[in-house]
Amino acid sequence: MSGYLASLEAESIEILREAVALAEKPVMMYSIGKDSSVMLHLARKAFWPAPPPFPLLHVDTTWKFREMIEFRNRIARECGMKLLVHTNHKRKAEGVNPFTYDSDTYTGLMKTEALKQALDEGQFDLIIGGARRDEEKSRAKERIFSFRSPGHRWDPKLQRPELWNIYNARIHPGESIRVFPLSNWTEADIWQYIADENIEIVKLYFAAMRPVVRRSNQWIMVDDERMPLDPGEVPEMRMVRFRTLGCYPLTAAIESTATTIAEIVEETQTARTSERQGRLIDHDQAGSMEKKKVEGYF
Amino acid sequence: MQDVLRFITCGSVDDGKSTLIGRLLWESKQVFEDHLSALERDSTRYGTQGDAIDFALLVDGLQSEREQSITIDVAYRFFATPRRRFIVADTPGHEQYTRNMATGASTSELAVLVVNAGKGLMVQTHRHARIVSLLGIRHLVMAINKMDLVEWDEEVFEKIVEEFRPVAHQLGFQSFQPIPVSALNGDNITERSEAAPWYKGPALLRYLEEVDATTDVPDLKFRMAVQLVNRPTHDFRGYCGRIASGAAKPGDRVRVVPGGQETKIRSIVGWQKELPSAAAGESITLCLADEVDVSRGSVLVSAADPVDLSDQFEARVICLSGHHLVAGRSYLMNLHTSQAVATITAIKHRVDVRTGSHEAARALEMNDIGVVNLSTDRPVPFEPYERCRRLGSFILVDRITNETVGAGMIDFSLRRAANIHWQHVDIDKQARARQKLQQPVCLWFTGLSASGKSTIANLLEKRLFAAGKHTYMLDGDNVRHGLNRDLGFTEADRAENIRRVTEVAKLLVDAGLVTIVSFISPYRAERELARSRFEAGEFIEVFVDTPLAICEQRDPKGLYAKARRGELRNFTGIDSGYEPPVAPEIHLHTDSESVEQCVDRILHFLEQGIREKGKEQ
Repeated sequence: MSGYLASLEAESIEILREAVALAEKPVMMYSIGKDSSVMLHLARKAFWPAPPPFPLLHVDTTWKFREMIEFRNRIARECGMKLLVHTNHKRKAEGVNPFTYDSDTYTGLMKTEALKQALDEGQFDLIIGGARRDEEKSRAKERIFSFRSPGHRWDPKLQRPELWNIYNARIHPGESIRVFPLSNWTEADIWQYIADENIEIVKLYFAAMRPVVRRSNQWIMVDDERMPLDPGEVPEMRMVRFRTLGCYPLTAAIESTATTIAEIVEETQTARTSERQGRLIDHDQAGSMEKKKVEGYF
Repeated sequence: MQDVLRFITCGSVDDGKSTLIGRLLWESKQVFEDHLSALERDSTRYGTQGDAIDFALLVDGLQSEREQSITIDVAYRFFATPRRRFIVADTPGHEQYTRNMATGASTSELAVLVVNAGKGLMVQTHRHARIVSLLGIRHLVMAINKMDLVEWDEEVFEKIVEEFRPVAHQLGFQSFQPIPVSALNGDNITERSEAAPWYKGPALLRYLEEVDATTDVPDLKFRMAVQLVNRPTHDFRGYCGRIASGAAKPGDRVRVVPGGQETKIRSIVGWQKELPSAAAGESITLCLADEVDVSRGSVLVSAADPVDLSDQFEARVICLSGHHLVAGRSYLMNLHTSQAVATITAIKHRVDVRTGSHEAARALEMNDIGVVNLSTDRPVPFEPYERCRRLGSFILVDRITNETVGAGMIDFSLRRAANIHWQHVDIDKQARARQKLQQPVCLWFTGLSASGKSTIANLLEKRLFAAGKHTYMLDGDNVRHGLNRDLGFTEADRAENIRRVTEVAKLLVDAGLVTIVSFISPYRAERELARSRFEAGEFIEVFVDTPLAICEQRDPKGLYAKARRGELRNFTGIDSGYEPPVAPEIHLHTDSESVEQCVDRILHFLEQGIREKGKEQ
């Protein structure tokens, strides 16, 4: 491992240990993506030979790729960690879905609202998440230990100054702290680390022939029969892969021939678009991620 | 050469910091196409450059910032060239957000200070240079920006450089590199620009790729603050932390601070295997050879080069919140992984950030930098900040609001610095007594051996204790076994015995305690000497008056019998005299009163005394 990756790893492990030392009831968000896989790997290293002393929490919109769910269940078993899965059943019953609802409303209900329900139910005072500062402009301003007011709101103007490696996790009841151990990692670092540490990731990241349709200049994968097709729209088989994973109707694939980690690393280094370019929810309006974060989105 | 350079950009408002970073990202090809199309869209909507691309919009992330065209919070940017990785802290220039600049500076090795060529040095330029210097940054690049607006006039550049050079020297920068640039046009960013043929130095990005930004620090041996104790099973106990300095390998002798116990490193636990060694910057888990007392906040150090422990510090502090830092107020202090309650005992001065001069101050307001004395509620392990950033930096947290109100760097411990005067602490006998809700007194029991002094004193102490009073008893036996074991029973030794007991009792009264002294103390002169060492009303003489015959009859330790047989010399009442008190505060007659009655009378006396004291006030 390069000296640079080793120092990123050491910093993340330090952050994870601080999180556990300073919290009463911590939980780790687990989204099944590559960043979650790296974060989980770091947590296992940080507390070895003990398993990480917190449960994993997955907010399941029920619109994730099928492969992701299988992967999630298997990995949690292998780590010996408790897996909590939360779905916003109320909204699900009301028929909220990513096709007929606009992505903003859908994300607000099935992700942000669901997340708040799960956090309130679990009474977690510290929530570990895999967000990185290089992902998006409003995330570049995020603290490593990020203070949330009651109701899980993020007030960018009320964030605590964060100096050196000293974190202030003191809160009153109802408030919480979100911790981002991957703050200083970039997408390229994540891939390089996955390669160096041989971390298992969901196969969707590797290029394969998959059924896709072309919508708004993006490739959308038809993962199951719930996906409504427009008249005349016929899925075609294409060599594609995903740079990020979310709800399948909201996550676009890219055409790629990268079938190994090495090829992915190579592709990432020459990429001309950002990884979140495939995330439809980021493009709703100017400052949309900032708005979602204020409301409690991860 | 370092793999990565962490630097901060700072400077006054409108000097073009964000544009400069946007330009660096652009030139190092870190701008993705989708970001670019968003940028083109936003440039027309919010931009200040007409239809041209406004690079500042690449980094001004928050909606509220875009609307106001200012940067309100520190943002972290990442870019890389084939030669180096960079982490940039982009910090705001507004005075009220200086705290964010300190945040960015705390993890940086180098500062890029942006100056507007058209405006020259501003108050903020000096302020920011001083803050980065205070936070231990020793490498400074001065990017003199907007050179296009002064027609690349060499004189303008030189004038600013010459005005600032003495300041850079005074602030202790090891390197100082001025570079004339135009972030807007990209001149002198990656390559030397033809716009300034007179400039012979490096372009900004080239310089950042090559600069050695390491700081001269002493070569410290192993130090690691313990973050947590990992104890999954009874047979595994590992101490987790990140090595602050030095290196470790199995077999090395280490010391636990505080505590001082020494042991050896048994093993260094890595992921699924043991490590042969570990060095500064690594996050590890250590197992030790012996069971020692280690918890979060302990520092494990090389036994050959241990760290200091102190509860009195002089430190530089930056006020980060709208709540002023005030002398006499206490805060939670997070110093590496330890937490203590710290009281600012004095604000020595505030630093004028423009000139560096010291000003008297009673409080530090938001964005003020000052030098303070701190007193912690218990000794904590530390290193001065200049020696080790990790063990010398701390934050101050408000105990009620939980806000981070201050950040500081330890300069030295006041305990060890011989030429530093002790800070006078306004905690006296009255303050200690008030804290204990009692009146400190010295109850001096005198009487023959076996007169009943200890029995009465013991019951009295139990009753006082049950009433929540803080007490301590000194009696002949316990003092003669320790403090006075060098003394015999000659008249001179008895006098010295009483003198020492008097001084100890006086310290205990000063500590706010109800102090019970139970000594035969046969000579009137010594008891009067003792009385004279106390304030009026503090010394209460209790005469335990028991006839010699009764004492001799009780004789619980068989001492009278021994003395009568001549086996014990100088025994009070037999071959040594007892001078009864002339006017004791309390005169007890144990031949007619029970132990309980005697104790009741003493308690009654104390209560009356307190009532009278209350009337006086």
